Amino acid sequence: MDYAHAEKILSVSDLVIKFNLRGRVLTAIRGISMDIYKGESLAIVGESGSGKSVFTKSFMGLLDSNGWIDNGSIMYGGVDLAKYTTEKQWLRVRGREIAMVFQDPMTSLNPLKTIGRQIQETVELHQGLRGGAAREKTHEILRDVGIAEPERRAKQYPHEFSGGMRQRVVIAIAVACSPRILICDEPTTALDVTIQAQILQLLRNLQSKYGLTVVYITHDLGVVANVADRIAVMYAGDIVETGLCEEVFYNAQHPYTWALLASLPQLGVRGEELNSIAGTPPSLFADIKGDAFAPRNPRALKIDYLLRPPFFEVSPTHRART
Amino acid sequence: MSEPREKLLEVKNLRVEFGRGRKRFVAVDDVNFDIYKGETFGLVGESGSGKTTIGRAIIRINETSGGEVLFEGKKINGKISRELDREVIRNIQMIFQDPMASLNERAKVEYIISEGLYNLKNYGSEAERRDIVARALLDVGLLPEFASRFPHEFSGGQRQRIGIARALVMRPKLIIADEPISALDVSIRAQVLNLLSRLRREYGLTYLFIAHDLSIMHFITDRLAVIHKGRIVELAETEKLFAHPLHPYTRALLSAIPMPDPVAERRKKLLVYDPSCHHYETDPPRWTEVEPGHFVLANAEEEERYRTEIADAAPEVM
Repeated sequence: MDYAHAEKILSVSDLVIKFNLRGRVLTAIRGISMDIYKGESLAIVGESGSGKSVFTKSFMGLLDSNGWIDNGSIMYGGVDLAKYTTEKQWLRVRGREIAMVFQDPMTSLNPLKTIGRQIQETVELHQGLRGGAAREKTHEILRDVGIAEPERRAKQYPHEFSGGMRQRVVIAIAVACSPRILICDEPTTALDVTIQAQILQLLRNLQSKYGLTVVYITHDLGVVANVADRIAVMYAGDIVETGLCEEVFYNAQHPYTWALLASLPQLGVRGEELNSIAGTPPSLFADIKGDAFAPRNPRALKIDYLLRPPFFEVSPTHRART
Repeated sequence: MSEPREKLLEVKNLRVEFGRGRKRFVAVDDVNFDIYKGETFGLVGESGSGKTTIGRAIIRINETSGGEVLFEGKKINGKISRELDREVIRNIQMIFQDPMASLNERAKVEYIISEGLYNLKNYGSEAERRDIVARALLDVGLLPEFASRFPHEFSGGQRQRIGIARALVMRPKLIIADEPISALDVSIRAQVLNLLSRLRREYGLTYLFIAHDLSIMHFITDRLAVIHKGRIVELAETEKLFAHPLHPYTRALLSAIPMPDPVAERRKKLLVYDPSCHHYETDPPRWTEVEPGHFVLANAEEEERYRTEIADAAPEVM
């Protein structure tokens, strides 16, 4: 991925997303600005509650009904998606321009319809094909995602497929409409290691075949090391570090990134304790002053508690809030 | 370890079937392994491989269809006396995978942890019971006042600790941990793994650790068995298994472990296991010890190949 000549495909500016939970307001995204480049593999890393899913769902109008974009913009193709209010507007983007692959293939497929029908639906809707042509396209897509005997398999139901194959089908549906950006939310967490490796390889192949820009949302740093060109680390609704894959893994700057890398069992020494991060993430109901990670950072400075650290540029491609 | 060690658990020719007649499914077949007192024994395999079934068969949740499970030399599978059954409950406890599903949502933490004590009347007075619960919570890094709360008030990592406390109050000798950390966030995993380590040292526990994540296994287990479609294909000391895997399935599994190291990951070659690489029609496989402590499922031809590989890999003795 050549970042020197990369073109921006999506630009987020000062994004703030809030949710209303039984009268209390929770700020899930606390002012994020970042760009996504055409053709890249970006990994957004963070734990539950960091906001990584909410962040990407906002690109597709998939926020729950009790959530809203409070501030900021999401520029895509010259249009500010953050200003979209109707389903009609989102239908032009969702699936067609930006598609999503979810974590659990069992719940994202309709158990009552055949696999063929589900893929064909998308093909008909987004590509305007009908009947025989649509079926042909469906079989081609199934072959693309590595499912042998597509004609026979298309007539089967989700429960007749294994977990890994179902995930391939979900990817097939997402790719069927030739989106420009594919967001994969924990695409391999529910799968075994060997299947995981195959699915990641599939995604890489599809990416180069269709010229996709892929955003991986995950907490698995092994997956990230495998697929990412660039990494954005999220903590408590904010991005704390972004950089090229090697930069973040080998030269992490933010204490949270250090802590995350240091706590991995793969890197642990047997017989010794793993480095774990003490404490828990802050409540997003309250206004967070300063660096959200400061309370858990043994090296925090007094000022970290007062002011949110600005981005410090380590290299043209690597920056961290520290 | 070279001193003679005490066997806590022995599993011999274990077979577990589900269903009857036409619908009969053999989940576990001809499984053999021993667990020594004080060690952390790992059982690794993919979904559907039968590893959870083995754990559940040992603790008597699933019925065995063949073979024996011996605990401290006594047979504990099949029909056993009530007394022995209670002993099993007291001595073998389980930690489950999903902290969101394994706690009774309608019971207070106090009750959840005490349930085993109530059932076995393992305590003297009420005050003693409350004390046991408080100490169990402290042991797992939670506060005693949490006893009056309900599960939904806790995070995944905390719930898992409650599950561990529940297992601990029974003062078991063997804890079967079935994927205890896969449902937890990365940084919480480290905390729980450290906790399990500490408890092992403090209470002289023995663990059977069941998981599909090999990288975790490398870190915490002393010996490791690899299971594939209901049969154990390889068993050895963890370091040895990682350094010199013999069975093609073990090799495929090891090659697929995601490493949080971009350079290593890009260079990685993924091996795929193809069962047809074995020719078992004329020469069926046996469970063989190819070098001390290292067992493989192999037929005569494969056994010879493995022994040669080991001999070639061994350093020259000066």
